[in-house]
Amino acid sequence: MSFWRKFACAVLMLVFAVSLAATWLAPAGYAKQDRDATGAPPSREHWLGTDELGRDRFARLLYGTRISLLLAPAAALVSTLLAAVIGGLAGYLGGAWARTAMAVTDLFLSLPWLFLLITVRAMLPLNVSPTFSVLVTFLLLGLLGWTAAARVLCASASSLRNSDFVKQSRAAGIHGTRLFWIHVLPNLKPVLYAQFWISIPAFILSEANLGILGLGVAEPLPSWGSLLKELEGIVSLGAEPWKLLPLALLVVVVTSFQLVLSKSHEVAA
Amino acid sequence: MLGRKIAWHGLTLVATVLLGGFLCATLVRLAPGLDAEESALDPHLSSQSIHALREDRAEQHNVFRFYLRSLGRAIHGDLGTSISLRQPVSSLLHDRFPLTFRMVSLGLLMSWAAVMALALSVACVRSPAYDLLATVLAGLLLCVPAAVLALLSVLWNVPGALAIALIIFPRDYRYARNLLDKAYSLPHIISARAKGLTEVRILFWHVIPVVAPQLLALAGVSVSLAVGAAIPVEALCGLAGIGQLAWQAALARDLPLLTNITVLVTIVTLLANSSADVIGQVWRGQRA
Repeated sequence: MSFWRKFACAVLMLVFAVSLAATWLAPAGYAKQDRDATGAPPSREHWLGTDELGRDRFARLLYGTRISLLLAPAAALVSTLLAAVIGGLAGYLGGAWARTAMAVTDLFLSLPWLFLLITVRAMLPLNVSPTFSVLVTFLLLGLLGWTAAARVLCASASSLRNSDFVKQSRAAGIHGTRLFWIHVLPNLKPVLYAQFWISIPAFILSEANLGILGLGVAEPLPSWGSLLKELEGIVSLGAEPWKLLPLALLVVVVTSFQLVLSKSHEVAA
Repeated sequence: MLGRKIAWHGLTLVATVLLGGFLCATLVRLAPGLDAEESALDPHLSSQSIHALREDRAEQHNVFRFYLRSLGRAIHGDLGTSISLRQPVSSLLHDRFPLTFRMVSLGLLMSWAAVMALALSVACVRSPAYDLLATVLAGLLLCVPAAVLALLSVLWNVPGALAIALIIFPRDYRYARNLLDKAYSLPHIISARAKGLTEVRILFWHVIPVVAPQLLALAGVSVSLAVGAAIPVEALCGLAGIGQLAWQAALARDLPLLTNITVLVTIVTLLANSSADVIGQVWRGQRA
C-alpha cells in the first residue's frame, strides 16, 4: 500500500471517527437554536459560528458528515448489488437476456444523471419528514446509480462465461444458479469492489448537488448539500472563511476516496 | 456498412425515445395529484360540466391509452401544458432552448480547448512535476460539486459557460491524458521521435490519427455531461434556460414539463453520441 493510500485511509477514518463522536463533541445537537446569536461568527461556544437560524455550524457539520459517510456507502452497496444482479446475470446468461439488459442500461445511461435524479425525486413528495427525505435521497442514488457498473459487470461476466474453468465446470455437470454463485460471482469480486468504491464519492457529490438545489435532505437534518447551500449567501470568500469549512472537508473526503482507489481497482473498473 | 451503422443508430434513437417517453408517461400517470382537476372546483361549472371533466380524466387512467394519446399530440407539436407555469410546454422549450444551446456549446468549446492544450502539453513535455500539477488541478476540480462551481461563478461574476467548462474539464482531462499518454508510448511513435521528427509532425501524423476515434467518443459523452451541468449553473446563476426550467419544474413537481425536458435532453445526448460514433467509424474506415 502506497504512502498516499495509507494517508487517505487515515484521513477517512479520522473524519468518520470524529463525525461518530458528534454526540459528545457537539452535545447541543444540530437543530438547537441559539436565538441570541443568529449568524454569529466563530466563538468559544460556537466554534464555527451559527447559521441564520442560530444553529451551531460545527454540530451541523459533524452530523452532516456522519449522515453522508454512513448513507453514501449504503447507497453504493445498493447500486453495486443491483449492478451485480442485473449486469452479472445478463453477462452470464448472454443472448437475448444480455441484449435486453444492456438496452435498458443504455436507456438509463442516455439520460443525464442529474436530470434523471431530479425527475424521479420530483415524483416523490417534497414535504416529507427529514428522516424520510434523507433515506429517499440516498436510496434514489443507489437505485439509479447501477447502470455504468452494470455495463462493466456484464462485460466481465460475459468473458467469464466463455472462460475455460466455467466450461469445465459445465462439463462436470454444474449448471444454473450454482455455477453463477460459486464460480462466476466470486470472480467478479474485484470489479464489484472497484465499483463500490467509485460510487461512494460520486454519491456524496450527487447528494451535495441535490442539496444545494433544494432537492436533497430536508431541514432540519444537516447534510453536505444543505451545509453548502449556505454558500449562496456568501459575499466574498475572504469575508466569512469559516463558511467554507464544509466545502473544504468535502473536498478532503472525496479526494481521500479517490486516493484509496488503488491502481488495481482502477484497472478492474 | 456505414449506412447500416447510421440506420442502427437511428433505430436505437427512435426506440429509446419511445421507451423513454413511455416511462415518462407512466411517471406522470402515477404521480400523486394527477387526478385532481382544479377547474372542477369552480363554483360556476354545472354538474354536467364537472361530470364531463371527470369522464375525460377517467379516460387517462389506462397508462397505455394515456401514452398513445400523449404521443399522438406530441407528433402534432402539442407537448401538453406546464402545471406550474400554465404555458404550453412546446413554447417554453422553444424560448429556453437557444440560451442553453449557446451556453453548453461555448462551455464544451472552452473545456475541450483546455483539455487538449493541457493533455497535449503534458504528453509532449513529459515532466513528472508538470503532470502532477495538472493531475492535482483536475483532481481538485473533480472533488468540488458542480453546484458549488456554479455558486462560485456567481460570486466571481464569471459567465455560466465557463462554469460548465470547469465542470466538464476534469472529467474529460483524465481520459484524454491517459489516451495521449498511451499513444505517445506506442513503438512507432517512439521510433519516430528517435528518428528526429518534429513534435508537430508526430502529433498530427501519428498521434491524432490513433486517438481521434476515442477522443470523438469522449466528446460525445461530454455533451451529456455539459447538459447535466446546465441544471446547477442555470438554476444558481439565474439563467433562463432548459436547466433552470427543469429545476423549477422539479421544485414545483411539474412532471409533464419535467418529463418533456428529459426526453428532449435524451434526444440531444443520443444524437451527440451517435454522431460521434458514426464520425469515428468514418475515420477508422478511411484509415483502414
